Amino acid sequence: MTKIIFIGRDGTRYELDAENGSTVMETAIKSGVPGIEAECGGACACATCHVYVDEAWADKTGVPEPMEEDMLDFAYDVRPTSRLSCQIRVSDDLDGLTVSVPEKQA
Amino acid sequence: MTSDLFETDVVIIGAGPVGLFAVFELGLLDLNCHLIDILDKPGGQCAELYPEKPIYDIPAWPVISGEGLVDKLMEQIKPFDAQFHLGEMVTELERTGENGFIVRTDAGTGIKAKVVVVAAGGGSFQPKRPPIAGIEDYEGSSVFYSVRRMEDFRGHNLLIAGGGDSALDWTLNLQPLAKSMTLVHRRPEFRAAPDSVNKMEALRDAGDLTFQLGQVMSLTGTGGQLEAAIVKTPDGEIEVPCTRLLPFFGLTMKLGPVADWGLNLHENLIPVDTEKFQTSEPGIFAIGDINTYPGKLKLILSGFHESALMAQAAKRIVHPDQRIVFQYTTSSSSLQKKLGVR
Repeated sequence: MTKIIFIGRDGTRYELDAENGSTVMETAIKSGVPGIEAECGGACACATCHVYVDEAWADKTGVPEPMEEDMLDFAYDVRPTSRLSCQIRVSDDLDGLTVSVPEKQA
Repeated sequence: MTSDLFETDVVIIGAGPVGLFAVFELGLLDLNCHLIDILDKPGGQCAELYPEKPIYDIPAWPVISGEGLVDKLMEQIKPFDAQFHLGEMVTELERTGENGFIVRTDAGTGIKAKVVVVAAGGGSFQPKRPPIAGIEDYEGSSVFYSVRRMEDFRGHNLLIAGGGDSALDWTLNLQPLAKSMTLVHRRPEFRAAPDSVNKMEALRDAGDLTFQLGQVMSLTGTGGQLEAAIVKTPDGEIEVPCTRLLPFFGLTMKLGPVADWGLNLHENLIPVDTEKFQTSEPGIFAIGDINTYPGKLKLILSGFHESALMAQAAKRIVHPDQRIVFQYTTSSSSLQKKLGVR
């Protein structure tokens, strides 16, 4: 099992077991992490699963594909390590990945 | 406002995949349909949210794109010649005396029908409100999500936010009228027609508009009258003076006026029975993602099944004197005639 850590808006730390091959968004939704809405269900068609990847992990999660980058235009307060969590696939390499939930979703 | 009054057997609210397939099932039973959709094209979410995304769970199609599915459905329902009212939102649904309804839209269209089918999916697509603090205070006075009359923007210091076709198109169209024009977008790339981007860049280079890299964070002004936007740029926050803001951040689904039609609702969904998919109001049916019942799955294929059963019940309402003979399209010559293949 791969561990993914979500830092909530209020600083709460959620340390979750994630299944390899699933997405960071799905991991959050399964455990009901507040602030991850994922309205479109993971189709990269909204921007409501926006997270900030911890800078130490930014290289490992990589950069958004053009489609994701387009969707990020709809997110609030986009920063250099902003990602849509439905587009980050869980693997052994991401064991310990830490992401924070933004103040608002679009 | 026009006041066209149409008359038909069935009005379908929502032209997504399930609404489209309902035309087919109703058509086989000789029921004519009008469809209404707030989008300017048929297909609903398939057309608006994921035209190019592959769908893997349509029976007999191992993979098909959202747009491909809509094209195929349009081809399939062609023989039934349904009438579409696109770019219109249903605002009123009223029961008329003798077992019928009148559905009215915001474009002044009225349609009289015996049966109403709500196939509205996640609700109606409406412009997304950007998460800018306090934006509600300016909506309708200084902040607009669409341009009804270009003249209303003449002589204003205009700020347009977004990087898609709507943002670029309105930047180009309104620039000649505006006192000043600023386009704000968080990155130098756009998801818009290259031609529009080139034109915008030419205007920028000529000093006729300002392109500002950044994101609008908050607004300042008094009594709904906008004075400036605070924009977070790569070099820190700046104040952009403006009197009108047009944010173009795509569309989102809202339940909308469905809530006002007197139907029972459960968590913004319409409960139906699983025999006819009828709502709490006789003659009004709900199919697809907008309905709920024990075991409901929000799948296109479930919506197709619901269409077929709904059509049987609709037939009994529209033609109570006719006996329904169950037939297969593979063998029935009368069904094949309707489909134009015989």
